[in-house]
Amino acid sequence: MPLELRDMQSRFRAAVLGSGDGALGALLRADENIAARVAVHRHTVRRSLVEVLAAAYPVSRRIVGEAIFAQLADRFVVAAPPSVPQLSAYGGAFAAFIAHADIGQRLPYLADVARLEWARAEAYFAADAPALDFARLAALPPEDIETTRLHLHPASRLVASAFPIQRIWQVNQPEVAAVPEIDLGVAETVIITRKDHHVATRAIAAGDRAFLTAIANGGTLGEAADSAVRIDAAFDLRHALRDHFIAGTFRDDAQQSLT
Amino acid sequence: MEIPQAAGIGLRTAHLAAFAAEDSPTAPWLEIHSETFLCDGGPRLAMLDAVVAQYPLSCHGVGLSLGSADGLDPAHLARLKKLFARVQPGLISEHLAWSSTGGAYLNDLLPLPYTERVLDIVAANVAAAQDSFGRRILVENPSAYIAFADETMGEAKFLTRLVERTGCGILLDINNVYVSAANTGGDAAAYLRALPTMAISEIHLAGHSVANGMLIDTHDARVSYAVWALYADTIARIGARPTLIEWDRDVPEISVLLGEAHAAQIILDQRAGGRPHAA
Repeated sequence: MPLELRDMQSRFRAAVLGSGDGALGALLRADENIAARVAVHRHTVRRSLVEVLAAAYPVSRRIVGEAIFAQLADRFVVAAPPSVPQLSAYGGAFAAFIAHADIGQRLPYLADVARLEWARAEAYFAADAPALDFARLAALPPEDIETTRLHLHPASRLVASAFPIQRIWQVNQPEVAAVPEIDLGVAETVIITRKDHHVATRAIAAGDRAFLTAIANGGTLGEAADSAVRIDAAFDLRHALRDHFIAGTFRDDAQQSLT
Repeated sequence: MEIPQAAGIGLRTAHLAAFAAEDSPTAPWLEIHSETFLCDGGPRLAMLDAVVAQYPLSCHGVGLSLGSADGLDPAHLARLKKLFARVQPGLISEHLAWSSTGGAYLNDLLPLPYTERVLDIVAANVAAAQDSFGRRILVENPSAYIAFADETMGEAKFLTRLVERTGCGILLDINNVYVSAANTGGDAAAYLRALPTMAISEIHLAGHSVANGMLIDTHDARVSYAVWALYADTIARIGARPTLIEWDRDVPEISVLLGEAHAAQIILDQRAGGRPHAA
């Protein structure tokens, strides 16, 4: 039987993502130990990819426990193996997978916590760019401030949830030994930013959420402030901008005028 | 920067900050897994820049899948080229293995049957990679757990002919030679003698473990005595080569890695001044 490489590789894939050596066994040298031999590769493939997910989702793992996480991650690996050899980009679909899994139904906040974790991972690996600071905005003629368009920094991510995801994330950090009771009825939106190579997560109010969403959608500073005030009459633009400049939420694109 | 004929260590993310620091440890050279650094920006690349400023660096790939029947992924080649332009590696290497098929990347170095048809495919992929990078690559012998039924040549012969066909070099992993021989019934010393001496441009040393009656290339332990003996014999026979200690799981303190590298350096120093014998 001529051995066609593509056929062998597709049988190998089925064997490592499945549970037996199936059609691959017929291509191998006869040996009483074939199942154990194929299992070495199955183990390497599955364990290494589960570990990639565990590294990206430490809080989700802590919430469900190591054993359940390993099972869940292994099912995800089988259902959606990486498409490219770039493991820092693998696992973005895990939150959606959790949402449809039994555990995601039992713990309805879990998928949103996973989205927060993935946003943090993306922020860590995102492109470098200078952050916009207050001096740059202050240098604009006052009449241009309204029509200025700001741009989110490549590392900035906005994650909205009907659950207190920031609080859940915080109390499940390694240094917190005993997780306190949390009121799950609080909705939180989180802005994730990266400054000086440090990724930070901060819960923001509804007005700020509307403000950042408008900016992300290409609105001017004036339009974004209007959106915020419509949601929250007490929205304080100066205060919000100060926090965002400190966090590095916006990109300073020196080549491009702000207006 | 050129990689010296000395013993370096594999740089893993756990030690990245230490080697990026101003008071970083002394090591003759370092090797990274290229795929670990295929991100757009952030601290990991910034630390890599600081490492590159202090050490000669080699880029060792684990994802190009030189044995893929589907050919090489142009997008992955482009990402690697961008990384190489950034770090200017002294050596670039990959594996005699495959990891991608039908759009899935399986994150393991999977085995190939050594036949004429497979040689054609791997040679075309190696040539395509070298054309894309504009330079020679080294190809590493994998560790074997299974053997295919209808092979027509051994791995050493396959690698020798790959070198002849493409002009690539060999990254000789002596632990893999030992592990493969134990698992598939080969003779490690005969394998080492069968390779074209001048093509061997780098040597890897690592630890393995034992499970289910097999040796597993786990890279989670010290180099075994048997592998040290094969290494010493090889260096005595072919001369000094850049040598690397690999340790990827349960990564120990840097001092343990440097200790292993020091042991290799002693073997290299004993051979210093001698010329390699003709192949």
